[in-house]
Amino acid sequence: MHEYAVTQSMVKMVVDEANKANAAKISEIRLVIGDLSTIIDDSVQMYFDIISEGTIAQGAKLIFKRVKAEFRCKSCGEVFIKPPVGFDCPKCGGLGTPTGVGKEFYIESIEIE
Amino acid sequence: MEIKVMKNIMHANQKLAQENRAYFRSKGIKAVNIMASPGSGKTSTILKLIDAFGDKAHVAVVEGDIASSIDAEKIDKLGNPVIQINTGGGCHLDANMIKSAVESLALKDGAILFIENVGNLVCPSSFDLGEGIKMVIASVPEGHDKPYKYTSMFEAADIVVLNKMDLMPYIDFDRDSFYKGVKALNEKAEIIEVSCKTGEGIERLAQWMLTTQVSHNRFL
Repeated sequence: MHEYAVTQSMVKMVVDEANKANAAKISEIRLVIGDLSTIIDDSVQMYFDIISEGTIAQGAKLIFKRVKAEFRCKSCGEVFIKPPVGFDCPKCGGLGTPTGVGKEFYIESIEIE
Repeated sequence: MEIKVMKNIMHANQKLAQENRAYFRSKGIKAVNIMASPGSGKTSTILKLIDAFGDKAHVAVVEGDIASSIDAEKIDKLGNPVIQINTGGGCHLDANMIKSAVESLALKDGAILFIENVGNLVCPSSFDLGEGIKMVIASVPEGHDKPYKYTSMFEAADIVVLNKMDLMPYIDFDRDSFYKGVKALNEKAEIIEVSCKTGEGIERLAQWMLTTQVSHNRFL
């Protein structure tokens, strides 16, 4: 929902990195996005196309690496992918709690020319 | 050629948030980021708390809103320092907005600063403002499923206020399910039931606000 602001920040970060390396162009940007981060790929792509225009990131291919949300059961310790509804453990029905996996939102690497 | 970046995209915001946090710490200010859906009672809760504090606390308010100043005017009537931030359609407040707002507020040492975020259960949870306390307000008519749908919001909360308790008899609100959801995400969160309409629970909430210790080292 707030992809405009974060895409703006992302473009600035990759352009800064590329400039440090004296690059003429950024051809690829690899992003890691957790399912709990509330960021939607299509929306990032849409804003990227607009915001990157006229920068060395224009035309770069965005690669989205999604990370599923992992929860850990408080009763049996099972680590499981969060079901679409609720946080119940699929093994014993106990209460799951977030492990932190699934909240990622970072730039892994860029490809420059 | 590949360049490894490995940088959080929220980095710029987090850096400013840490600056805000350092400022609040140096002045002993308790900054409270209030997050909730539209209409859940954020402004009403602030008004009730200001009244309940009496002379026990200096309160200043930052009002985040998409476009209007309706809420800020209500606070202003009480004579408390208030500043309005209009995000112009933006769905959340960020650390930079708070930095400029706080500069013009001339906060007293030891004050309580309420920051009313934009009514939204999604985006505000991703933007650290430098606050010491995250307060999430849920209200009975919204239903008990909110923790299950907006996990990040409830996971980050230090305190969850359940407002509009006076409507409980008329609404199919499963209290156990609500508590279970909040506790699954966030074992430590305090849950306080209130009604801004009847005043129920406000005294308890005010006491919690006055006595709770702020963790100035927190990150999101």
